[in-house]
Amino acid sequence: MNYDHILIRYGELGLKGKNIKQFILQLQKNIQQALIDFPKVRVTRSQGRMFIVLNGESPEPIIDKCKNVFGIYSMSLAIKVENNEEAIKEGALSALTQSKEAKTFKVSVRRANKRFLIRSQELNRILGAHLLKNSSDYTVDVHHPDVEVKVEIREKATYITSTVIRGAGGLPVGTGGKSLLLLSGGIDSPVAGYLMMKRGVKLEMIHFHSPPFTSERAKQKVLDLTKVLTEFGGTINIHLVPFTKLQQEIFKVIPERYAMTVMRRVMLQISERVCEKKKILAMSTGESLGQVASQTLASMNVINEVTNLPVLRPLVGFDKEEIINYSKRIGTYDISVRPYEDCCTIFVPKSPVTNPTREKVNYLEKDTDFSELIHEAVEKIQLIKVDNKPESQDNFDELL
Amino acid sequence: MIYLDNSATTETNSTVISSFKKVAEQYFGNPSSIHELGGEVEKLHNQARKQAAQLLQVEQKEIIFTSGGTEGNNLAIKGIALKHQKRGKHIITSSIEHASVYETCKSLEELGFRITYLPVNEEGKIDLGQLKRAITEETILVSIMHVNNEIGTVQPIDDIGNILSDYPKVFFHVDAVQGIGKVPLSLKNSQVDLCTISGHKIHGLKGTGLLYVKEGTTLFPLFHGGNQEFGIRSGTENVAGNVSIVRALRLIKEKEQSQSEQLMNLHDQLYEELRNIDGVFINSPKNGAPHIINVSVLGLKPEVVIHALYEKEIIISTQSACSSKQSDKSRVLSSCGFSDERSISGLRISLSYDTTENEIKNFIIKFRETIEQLKEILE
Repeated sequence: MNYDHILIRYGELGLKGKNIKQFILQLQKNIQQALIDFPKVRVTRSQGRMFIVLNGESPEPIIDKCKNVFGIYSMSLAIKVENNEEAIKEGALSALTQSKEAKTFKVSVRRANKRFLIRSQELNRILGAHLLKNSSDYTVDVHHPDVEVKVEIREKATYITSTVIRGAGGLPVGTGGKSLLLLSGGIDSPVAGYLMMKRGVKLEMIHFHSPPFTSERAKQKVLDLTKVLTEFGGTINIHLVPFTKLQQEIFKVIPERYAMTVMRRVMLQISERVCEKKKILAMSTGESLGQVASQTLASMNVINEVTNLPVLRPLVGFDKEEIINYSKRIGTYDISVRPYEDCCTIFVPKSPVTNPTREKVNYLEKDTDFSELIHEAVEKIQLIKVDNKPESQDNFDELL
Repeated sequence: MIYLDNSATTETNSTVISSFKKVAEQYFGNPSSIHELGGEVEKLHNQARKQAAQLLQVEQKEIIFTSGGTEGNNLAIKGIALKHQKRGKHIITSSIEHASVYETCKSLEELGFRITYLPVNEEGKIDLGQLKRAITEETILVSIMHVNNEIGTVQPIDDIGNILSDYPKVFFHVDAVQGIGKVPLSLKNSQVDLCTISGHKIHGLKGTGLLYVKEGTTLFPLFHGGNQEFGIRSGTENVAGNVSIVRALRLIKEKEQSQSEQLMNLHDQLYEELRNIDGVFINSPKNGAPHIINVSVLGLKPEVVIHALYEKEIIISTQSACSSKQSDKSRVLSSCGFSDERSISGLRISLSYDTTENEIKNFIIKFRETIEQLKEILE
C-alpha cells in the first residue's frame, strides 16, 4: 500500500481571523503553481484541511517542491483507506514501515465520525498490537515516539499519516502586497528577497546595469538568481535599468569619496519611480547594518532622504555568515559568487565616506541636475518576466 | 558482424558524434574567457552539467567532468588518500576491482598506505560482515565497484552504504563504469560520496567521463592549474567531449527506462543456452548484471576461441580489455575461487541495448560450431 495523499498543515494562517479564506485560497493557488509540472496532481480542500491528491505520482519530488511554498507549516504523507478495521490495520502498518529511520512509535486515533463503531481508545490498542505483531525493530513509546501513526476516521474515509515533514513556514506569497527589491547580484539581496517572500510579499526586482562596464554574464547572473527565487514566489518581473550614463556622470561631478552615496540616492529615486508606476508600496534591499561603507547608519540616513517610501531591510541584524548560510540553503550562493563585475563593484572609491551627512551631500549635489538622466533611465527600463518553469534550452537542446 | 564486447567499449552513437563535432566547430571559445564568445560556451557547458546532474538526480556542483573511468577512479582514490591521510592511512577495496582502482590502491601502498583487499565469494560478492570487521579508526575510504567488468557481479552498494552510515568519517567510492545505465543505482539520499562514470562504455566517446563528488567531500586534485571544475580538476574544459557524454548519458538512461526488461530477457536466454553446451562453464552469477556473461571452455585457449570466432564475424573478449595483455590468469576469476584452468580460460560476452535476439541466436550457433571444430582439431 502506498501513500496517495499529502496532508498540508498551515500554522500561522490559523491566526488570521476574517482574512483566513483569502489566505487559504492564495496558498492553494501557490501550491498548484509550484506543482505545475505534475499535471496529474490535484490540490483540494475539505473540512478545513488541504490535501494534495497524488494520483499515482511519486511523493518525494512533490514534497521537495512544497518545501519551498511559504504558508505551509508542515506536511504528512497520508494513506486513504475505507472505514473498516482491516483496511485501517493494513494502512497503519504500511504507514509505519515506510518510516524507515524510526525505531519507536505510538498510535493515536481520532474518531471524527462517531458512526464508526470501534472507539478511539480501543482502536488504539488494536492497532498498536497489530503493528507490533507484524513488524520487527519497532517498539512503542507513548511519550517521545520517533513516529506517530495518526489515524483519522472521517465521514467518507480514514486518513492515516506518520512522518511529519516541516514546511517553509511564513505566509503565502501574494497575501502581503508587493515590494520592489534592489537586486545587485551579490549574496545579500536574494536572501532579503527570500525573507520578504516568506512574509507573504510578492516581489518585483530592479537591477542596474552599466554596459560595457558590466557584462552580459552579470545580467545573466541576475536572471539566474531571480529564477531560483521564483521557486518560492512564482513569476517575478525584473526592471533592468540602463545605468551607464548616470554612473559616469556621478563619478565625474561628485568627489570620489561621496560618489557611492550619491549613486545609491539616485538608485532609490529611480526605484521610487518604478514603485509609483507599478503601485508598489515599499522597496527592499539586502543591506545589513555596518557591513560596508554605504550600510552604516549615517549612510542609510543620507541615502534614505530621497524617498519617503518605506525601505525594508530584512537583513539588517544579520551577520555575513548567517546571510551566507541562508543563501546556501535557498540555492542562490553558487550563483551569487560568480565573479562578474556589477554596478556596485565598478568605480569603487578607495576610501568611501562612512559618516556622510545630509547637508554635505546635498551641497555636493546642488550644482548638478540628475533628473533628466534619471528620467531617461526610467524611460529605457527593460522589463523581463521570469517564471518558475524549467528554462527553455532551445539553442542547446539539440546538442544535449 | 555481431559485436559482443560492449564491456570493453561500445559503438559510438552517431548523434553523440554529431554533437561533439558541432560543439568543436561552433563553440570553440574558452568557457573561462570573459568575452561574450566565452560566455556562450560557458552557458552551454553549464547546461551540460545541469543536465548530467538532473539525470543522476544530484546537484550541479557535484558533477566533475573527467577524461574517463581511469581518471575518475584515480581522482577519487588518490584525492581522498592525499587529502585525508592525516586522519588515517587505511583504505578498503575488493580483490576484484578494475585495474584503475586496484593498481591505484597498490600504488598508494608505496606511499605508506595500508590497503585491505576484501575477498569475494564464488559469485564475486564481498561479505558485509568482513567489510565491517575491516573498518578501523584509521580507515578513510571504502572503494567498491558497482558491477564487475569481467563477470557482471552486482555488489550490494545500498547495504554497504548502510553499514558506512555508522562511520561518517569513512568516504565511500563506487566505480559505476560498468553499471551505469544497466543496473539501477541511486545516488540521491545514498551514502555514496564518489561515483565514477565513463563515456565510452555508454556509446559516448573515449576520453570523456564524469565523477560524482558529493557536496562536502574534499579531494586533493590530480591536476592543479586554473581551478576549473570547482578547483578539483584544472585544465581547459573539454566542452565538446563533456557535452557529448551528457548526451550519451541521457540516451542510455532513456534506454534503461524502456529496454531493461528486454536486455534482461536476452541475458537469461543466453545464460540458458550457454549452460546447455557441453564443456562450457559459466563463471558469472545468475543474478548478475544483464549485459555480462563470462564462461570458460576448459581445454581451449581463450585467444584461440576469440580468433576463430572473429573469422565468423563475431567479436567477444578474454577477461577485461585493460588487463588481457598482462597475464594469463584472471585475477577476478581466481579471486572467486575458480581453478587455475578455469581462470586462464575465461571468455567474456557482453551485450548492449542494441543487441538483438537474432544476434544472440546466431552467436550461440557459431559458438557451438567453433568449440566443436576446435576440439576436433585438438584431438
